[in-house]
Amino acid sequence: MNLLVLAAEEPQNPLIPPLPELVIGLIAFVIVFGFLAKKLLPNINKVLDERREAIEGGIEKAEAAQTEAQSVLEQYKAQLAEARHEAARLRQEALEQGTALKEELRAEGQRQREEIIAAGHAQIEADRKAASQALRQDVGKLATDLAGKLVGESLEDHARQSRTIDRFLDELEAKAEAAR
Amino acid sequence: MSAADMTLAFEIDCHFEDGTGCGFPGPTLYSFLFKPMFGNDDVYFNKTMLLALLGSIIIVGFFWAAFRKPKVVPGKLQMVAESGYDFVRRGIVYETLGKKEGEKYVPFMVALFFFVWIMNLWSIVPLAQFPVTAIIAYPAGLAAIVYVMWMSVTFKRHGFVGGFKNITGYDKSLGPILPMVMVIEFFSNVIVRPFTHAVRLFANMFAGHTLLLLFTIASWYLLNGIGIAYAGVSFVMVVVMTAFELFIQAVQAYVFVLLACSFLQGALAEHH
Repeated sequence: MNLLVLAAEEPQNPLIPPLPELVIGLIAFVIVFGFLAKKLLPNINKVLDERREAIEGGIEKAEAAQTEAQSVLEQYKAQLAEARHEAARLRQEALEQGTALKEELRAEGQRQREEIIAAGHAQIEADRKAASQALRQDVGKLATDLAGKLVGESLEDHARQSRTIDRFLDELEAKAEAAR
Repeated sequence: MSAADMTLAFEIDCHFEDGTGCGFPGPTLYSFLFKPMFGNDDVYFNKTMLLALLGSIIIVGFFWAAFRKPKVVPGKLQMVAESGYDFVRRGIVYETLGKKEGEKYVPFMVALFFFVWIMNLWSIVPLAQFPVTAIIAYPAGLAAIVYVMWMSVTFKRHGFVGGFKNITGYDKSLGPILPMVMVIEFFSNVIVRPFTHAVRLFANMFAGHTLLLLFTIASWYLLNGIGIAYAGVSFVMVVVMTAFELFIQAVQAYVFVLLACSFLQGALAEHH
C-alpha cells in the first residue's frame, strides 16, 4: 500500500484548524463542562460541605460533652465537699450534745445525791426528835415512878436509899437494852 | 474502523535492506490525517472526532459514577475523583485566583483539565493511539474559549479604558518608553497569547506522537538482518517514550489550565 493512496487529499498546514474538528471539539468540551458544572460538581460540593459540617459538628459535640463532664465533675466535687462539711458538722454537734448530756447527767446525779443526803439528814433529825420526845416522856414517867417508890419506902436508911437508886438505874439500863 | 483509516508501521511491508529498495517510511503529515469514516470533504466524521466524543463520554461517565450520589464517607471511586477535583480546585484555581475570586471558575477549569488530559491520554491507549490534541482544532477551540473568557472579564471588571490599560500594561512611571511597552504588551497579550496557548499544547502532543511513531516504525523497519539489534534499541525507546508521554500528557494538561488561570488572574488584577 502506498501512503499517498491512503490520504487522498493533500495534507494541509497542520496549524490551520479544520472546521468540523473544531465544532466537534467544542461540542465534546461543552458536554463535559455541562455535566460537571450543572450536576456533578454541585453534587460533590454539597457533600463536601456536609462532610465539613459533620466534622465540625463532631468536634462541637465532643466539646459540649467535655464541658458537661467538667460541670458534672465540679458538681460532684462540690457535693462531696458539702457532704464532708456536713459530716464534720454533725460530728461536732454530736460531740457537743454528748458533752452537754454528760454534764446534765452529772448535775442530775449530784442533785439526787444531795437530795438523798438531805433526806437522810431529815430522817435522822426526825428520829432523834422522836427519840428525844419518847425519852423525855419515859424519863418523866420513870422519875415519877422512882419518886413514888422512894416515897413509898422508908427514907431513913441511907443504904436502902442507895440500893433503890442502884435498882432504878439497873431498870433503866434494862429498859434501854430492851428498847434497842 | 477499516485498515485504510490508519497506517500502522507493520502495514508497510518494508524492511531495512530487504532488496526492494524502499526507504525508511518515516512519519509525515499524512500520519495526522484520517480518512473520514463517513461524510464528504466538508462535513465528515473521522477517528479524532470519535476519540474526542468518546473521551467526553468517559469523563462524564467517570464523574457520573463517582459524584452522582456522593456520600459523606466516600467510597474508593469517589475518593479518587475527589482528589482529582481537589487537585484542580486547590492546586490550580485557588493558588492563582484565590478562593473568593476563583470559586466560580472551578467547574470550567476542572472540565478543562480532565478534557485536555483525556484527549492527550488517547496517545498511548492501545488501538486509539492518537492524541486528539495533536489536531490544532481541539486546542484552538479550547484556547478560544479561554481567550473570550479572560477578555470579557477584563472589560467587565475594568470598563473599556481600564480594560485597555490592563491589557496594554499601562504604567505612567515608565515615562517615554510607555508607548513602546504598550504596543508590545498589546501584541503579546491580544494576538500572541491565544496562539501560543493553543500551539503549546498542540505542538507538544504533535511532537510526542511523531516521536512514538518514529520509534515504532523504526522498530518494524529495522527488523531484518543486522538491523534487528537496532530494532531492539528502537523498541526500548518506544517503551521509554510511552512512559515519557504519559508524564508529558499530564504536564501539558496542567500547564494549559494553569495558563488559563493565570490569564484570568491578570484580567481580574487591580490596575495600579
